[in-house]
Amino acid sequence: MHAVLHAIVEPGFFSSSNVQLAVVIGGLVAVVASGVGVFTVVRGQSFAGEALGDIGAAGGSSAYLIGIGPLWGFLGINIAAASAMELIGIQRARGRDLATGIVLGLGFGLAALFLYLGTTESNTTGAPIQILFGSLFLLPSSNLPLVVAFAAGTIATLITLYRPLMLVSVSPELAAARGVPVRLISAAYLLAMAVAVALSALTIGAILSTALLIGPAATALRLTNRPHRAFLAAAGIGVGCTWLGLLLAWDSYYWPPPRNGWPVSFFVVTLVLVAYLASGVRRRRPAVSGS
Amino acid sequence: MFSGFMVNAWIVSTLVAFVGGAVGFFIVMRGSAFVAHAIPNGSFAGAAGASLVGLSTLIGLGVFSLAGALGIGLLTRRGRHDVATALSLVFMLGLGALFLSFSVEYEPAVLSLLFGEVLGISNNQLWPTICLTILCLLVLGLLWRPLLLDSVLPDSTRGIDPFKLELAFLGLVALTTTMTVPVVGTTLIFALMIGPPAAARAFTARPGLALALSITIAVAIVWGAIAFSYETYWPIGFFVGAFSACAYAISRVAKAARRT
Repeated sequence: MHAVLHAIVEPGFFSSSNVQLAVVIGGLVAVVASGVGVFTVVRGQSFAGEALGDIGAAGGSSAYLIGIGPLWGFLGINIAAASAMELIGIQRARGRDLATGIVLGLGFGLAALFLYLGTTESNTTGAPIQILFGSLFLLPSSNLPLVVAFAAGTIATLITLYRPLMLVSVSPELAAARGVPVRLISAAYLLAMAVAVALSALTIGAILSTALLIGPAATALRLTNRPHRAFLAAAGIGVGCTWLGLLLAWDSYYWPPPRNGWPVSFFVVTLVLVAYLASGVRRRRPAVSGS
Repeated sequence: MFSGFMVNAWIVSTLVAFVGGAVGFFIVMRGSAFVAHAIPNGSFAGAAGASLVGLSTLIGLGVFSLAGALGIGLLTRRGRHDVATALSLVFMLGLGALFLSFSVEYEPAVLSLLFGEVLGISNNQLWPTICLTILCLLVLGLLWRPLLLDSVLPDSTRGIDPFKLELAFLGLVALTTTMTVPVVGTTLIFALMIGPPAAARAFTARPGLALALSITIAVAIVWGAIAFSYETYWPIGFFVGAFSACAYAISRVAKAARRT
């Protein structure tokens, strides 16, 4: 029994302080991203989420340049990008992808510039790869209070907006007819998404951050039609994928090739995709609200 | 700026811009910006994998962009289009992260793959690029009528399976990706395929004219980007992204001005 357990969990997993921190931050971020993501999937805004994540790379790299924590960079640029998308009309269904794409192209351009300046003008070896692909085990503990604060803020926003946002997402016309401020609610949601993506970028990397936003939520919406259950299921799947990913990455130090472990982000992203595909096999009926 | 090895850079990047602007026209017409972002971006994993096993970057890019196009095409048959695209993309990027962690590639090499390195275009890239350009234009010529019809009136293409047409279109995007990535990088080819056609369509509604305008703007953007990149040593991707956004902004302003 002990030997089996030993084979599954390589020694030192639970006693390492890096792992403990990663488990706490990773779990928290997974809950927030998956919860916010349920609305992203229902509203069909995956591309906006993806774009925010990618643009975050510009924020993370500029943060290194001016010497502040990457989380502030992710947050700052994501909120700026979300505002830009809102202004040039991302909320309208027609031409929405195009507006997102233009902002994304510009954001990527800036990321290219900042990462280049980071590698040539300051000595931040490894930072670009960390920004792009994440490194959950290497997060400094000073991030914890910030992550807790922003996670709590995002969840509070989501709970406050819950009813009108659900109505706006499922039927904008009906919401407008009933006097719900559709544009305001949508803008507020876009901001919440920007923060969720920033948190996700901190854990699994800027260009992979959509995985936690979209994957668990899409899986949950395939499994259940009820909103409350979808949120719980999404959070559960998100946390499960993150924690299992952490465990596998820890174990992978003993896998080939020697001298290094496999990245956590790879496992998280793969598990998310596997969960999504598995849910598709189990049930092929269209999920909540169609579209 | 126009001597020696830079001549290759000018030729290759002009071809790249030409094809990018042409294929981008259909991407904008069909509203498949997300796919156009996902396929080149995901093909990064192919390049990383190829360098790991010692193959040519072009082969890695080709295999992964085609596999990505096929995967996205199949996954989107069931389930939500945008979700399937997003998950395929992040999975490929995750693989890329894995390959990177195995390899001993230097950071600048990785960054030049992501964001483009025009000075890195070597002699032996010239002929593959020319061949791929001809192939892309041939495929585009074959698909021109059905694609145009399908983009404007989705149900009007009698006799052609829309799914097959979509797959063929994704294949075309993958082909374009393969030839363009080594120049402008996996992330910025997208800006080149979206900005110019979006700007062109704001100026004219006639497809032939819009296509020509889109190609012209794309070539202008790339030429400008090379010149600036050469002078400043900044990555070419930055200029491509910024100029594309500028072209789009100008077209929006011009359109608004004409309307009033």
